[in-house]
Amino acid sequence: MPIEAWLIFLLIFMILGSIAALEIKDILSSIIAVGVVGLGVSLAFLFLQAPDLAIVQFLFEIFALIILVRAFVKKDYHQEEPSKINKILIGVTLITLTAIFILSISVFRALPQFGQPLMHIADHYLNQGILETGSANLVTSIILDYRAYDTLGEVTVLFTAILGSLTILRIKSRDRQKGGVTT
Amino acid sequence: MKSKDGMTLIVKTMTRLILWMIFLYGAYIILHGHLTPGGGFGGGVVLALAFLSILLAYGRSFTLKWLNMHFLEEFEASSILLFLIVGILGILAGGVFLINFIDHGSVFHLLSAGTIPLLNIIIGIKVGVSLFLVVYALSELKLEKGEDL
Repeated sequence: MPIEAWLIFLLIFMILGSIAALEIKDILSSIIAVGVVGLGVSLAFLFLQAPDLAIVQFLFEIFALIILVRAFVKKDYHQEEPSKINKILIGVTLITLTAIFILSISVFRALPQFGQPLMHIADHYLNQGILETGSANLVTSIILDYRAYDTLGEVTVLFTAILGSLTILRIKSRDRQKGGVTT
Repeated sequence: MKSKDGMTLIVKTMTRLILWMIFLYGAYIILHGHLTPGGGFGGGVVLALAFLSILLAYGRSFTLKWLNMHFLEEFEASSILLFLIVGILGILAGGVFLINFIDHGSVFHLLSAGTIPLLNIIIGIKVGVSLFLVVYALSELKLEKGEDL
């Protein structure tokens, strides 16, 4: 089986998983369907020969699943009314998406071949990366040597996000303490 | 172990047996980030999941005793400084911010690639501790409502 067939199979699987996640009434089954989508992305990265991304995607998916299950599973979301969907809105959305797809077919044809990027910088990394950085894992050498500024920005984003969420969570629990709820 | 919070004895025993393997795997992924797939982010999440398994299996009060939360919070806030310190050392050594100033060594050895393993370790610790702190803060919030994480 060629790699494209596996990828198409995975994509169909993931689309089915997301439809299931939207439609299932039970919250736990819905979360598990979301997890199926994330693990499908991880498998797709493996098929595309990107094990670094696959590891990170897999682990973050597990982490997010644990948080989602612990946060939502005891709550009673089961009786929530299904939202009434406007049929005109669905029609307009479908027509617009189909139009965009048809109009962009020529763009898809103009894309470079898979695995042969337009930018020549990739060749430099592949040929000179080991000599210039001494790192056997080229992804790491790009992340932490050629593009170390990017990583510094990422770490700053992570730092700010954690800071913000910790602050908001602390404020909430402090408010509850003032409200007289015993700990 | 005698406290009632946390999960059953089976889960606690399995966690005790497996926990150090998870830690070892996370440390392996972080330390070998420049040789094998993985790196600071992936290994950091493994470390966070190890901490998380303690929190889930043994409950909150045990985790509070086992880990110094105050230290972890300050450590998380200051770990980004370590990244900057490595960058500024690059200015002193090579004239450019974040330059790879340590000797590269020979490829495929553990001690190679200059500052890359150093930065990997810093990122790994940062990601692990901060992700665990978020889960811990969430559990704090749940405790206020009278539920147990």
